[in-house]
Amino acid sequence: MMAHAAREQMQDMASATTDRNVPAVLLERLHVTYATAAGPIPAVADLSLAIEAGSFVSVLGPSGCGKSTLIKVISGLLAPSAGRVELNGAPVTGPRPDVGIVFQQPTLLPWKTVLDNVLVPLRARKAPREEAIARAEEMIALVKLKGFERNYPFELSGGMQQRVALARALIHDPPVIVMDEPFAALDALTREQMSLELQRLWSHSRKTVLFVTHSISEAVFLSDRVIVLSPRPARIVKDIRISLPRPRTTATMADAAFAAACDELRRQLYAVTGAGER
Amino acid sequence: MKQTLLRLGSPLVTFAFVLLAWEAAVRLFGVPNYILPDVSQVVTALYRGYVDGEFWPHLFFTMKAMLLGYCAGSLLALILGGLLAEAPIFERFVFPLVIALQSMPKVALAPLVIVWFGFGIESKIVLVALICFFPIFINAIVGLRSVDPNLVDMMKAFGCSSLDIMLQVKLPHAAGPIFAGLQIGVVLGLIGAVVGEFIASTQGLGFLIQNGANALDLGIVFAGLVSLAVIGVTGTQLLRFLHARLVFWDRKSATSVAS
Ligand SMILES: Nc1ncnc2c1ncn2[C@@H]1O[C@H](COP(=O)(O)OP(=O)(O)OP(=O)(O)O)[C@@H](O)[C@H]1O
Ligand SMILES: [Mg+2]
Repeated sequence: MMAHAAREQMQDMASATTDRNVPAVLLERLHVTYATAAGPIPAVADLSLAIEAGSFVSVLGPSGCGKSTLIKVISGLLAPSAGRVELNGAPVTGPRPDVGIVFQQPTLLPWKTVLDNVLVPLRARKAPREEAIARAEEMIALVKLKGFERNYPFELSGGMQQRVALARALIHDPPVIVMDEPFAALDALTREQMSLELQRLWSHSRKTVLFVTHSISEAVFLSDRVIVLSPRPARIVKDIRISLPRPRTTATMADAAFAAACDELRRQLYAVTGAGER
Repeated sequence: MKQTLLRLGSPLVTFAFVLLAWEAAVRLFGVPNYILPDVSQVVTALYRGYVDGEFWPHLFFTMKAMLLGYCAGSLLALILGGLLAEAPIFERFVFPLVIALQSMPKVALAPLVIVWFGFGIESKIVLVALICFFPIFINAIVGLRSVDPNLVDMMKAFGCSSLDIMLQVKLPHAAGPIFAGLQIGVVLGLIGAVVGEFIASTQGLGFLIQNGANALDLGIVFAGLVSLAVIGVTGTQLLRFLHARLVFWDRKSATSVAS
């Protein structure tokens, strides 16, 4: 019964994403201030952003500027101090079924198998078991982990664990996915492969993705649009369109246009952080 | 296979060596057997006790006190620990009391417990429960508290309820520390049972040991000690086994299979 309602709700959300007039993610005059013993820390100040449904948007900014805070607010884990947060036209008041989240760490439950970890979002909505397992197996195949369903996280490499986390974020078919530096803990090569895989997954489903990263080339490679944030408290200082043709491949990375886009972005970032060129 | 044999065999070698040295010392230095019995005397006492059967009621008495007290104590510790870890208000009011009680040597409460609960098995059960409570309680709190907040956030983000988070994240995470507490609890609980039997009892291994000492029959004393050691070792090993089985993800190093 509940599962049915949840699925219906999800379908509503999905149909909403096809409505191009409603942004998938809308932040309006968002303020987030942490209250600490040492006094208030403003993390986000007066930030407004609208993300078009189906687009891939990266967020770049200096360390500690408020990127994770932004992710937490959008995923409903943290209430903003002021301002509006909407997903597909509906206000965010807590964790929602139409958002999938991937954290910087895989955050898998060590005592659960790959299959059971991927099932967490469906179990939470009490989805029918048979269907849920079939869907989980499909997702595991999608992230190329077939054969590892019964393994435990500690039996997988870092990259494989992060792919499990990706499968988990996708399993309930959320129209919006937020990712907080999902590949930060991986080595350069694995990271590149994960980028390619993420692009492949995204081009199949055309979900709205908000992707936090520190890597300039990763942002350029994956995104339609890159948002550059100021140092804390976060404001948007640059909003850059990346119009490199898709699908982008490893050949794209060797392209002059790619290099130029990276260079441009790097210049913007240096200007923001005040580091200057070296 | 060879590894297993070695692992089981090595302590036996040490054990045999200690027995040999003991026997040799008693004979060589002519130690009177009211100071230190020789090995054969202990073996005889054990044989008589368990084959003729007069040890069994004592063993059962201690084991019963131990089992009931331990189960009650650890159950209470887990429930209270869970409540305390989850409710900060509860912590403010109850935790200071708990710390005060914890820093007190619990065996000092034994005479009081006996006054309140009598000379029978009840007072021993209470003592066991009281003593094994604290390590389990503290470890449960620490375990539940030390859960990775990112895992909790993840569960919340995917719509899991507080109960889900408790059962699927916090409890499994706390299982390691809880098992460590349970293991300490076995040893401490046994102390509780024996102290209770020392102070006032007509049964139990503690009573047996004390009676033996009073009669200067050290064979019986040592037989009692051996019995206690067997209970303690069996209990801890059982828990160690369960720990390794249930908290399998905690194994630090993986084993590779040569094919
Ligand atoms: N729980 C918290 N309590 C108080 N202050 C916090 C908390 N979390 C974050 N902050 C503050 O908010 C600011 C932004 O933190 P946030 O984690 O969003 O940064 P970030 O951009 O994700 O950084 P990084 O790139 O290093 O991950 C930080 O400067 C930090 O001081
Ligand atoms: Mg961060």
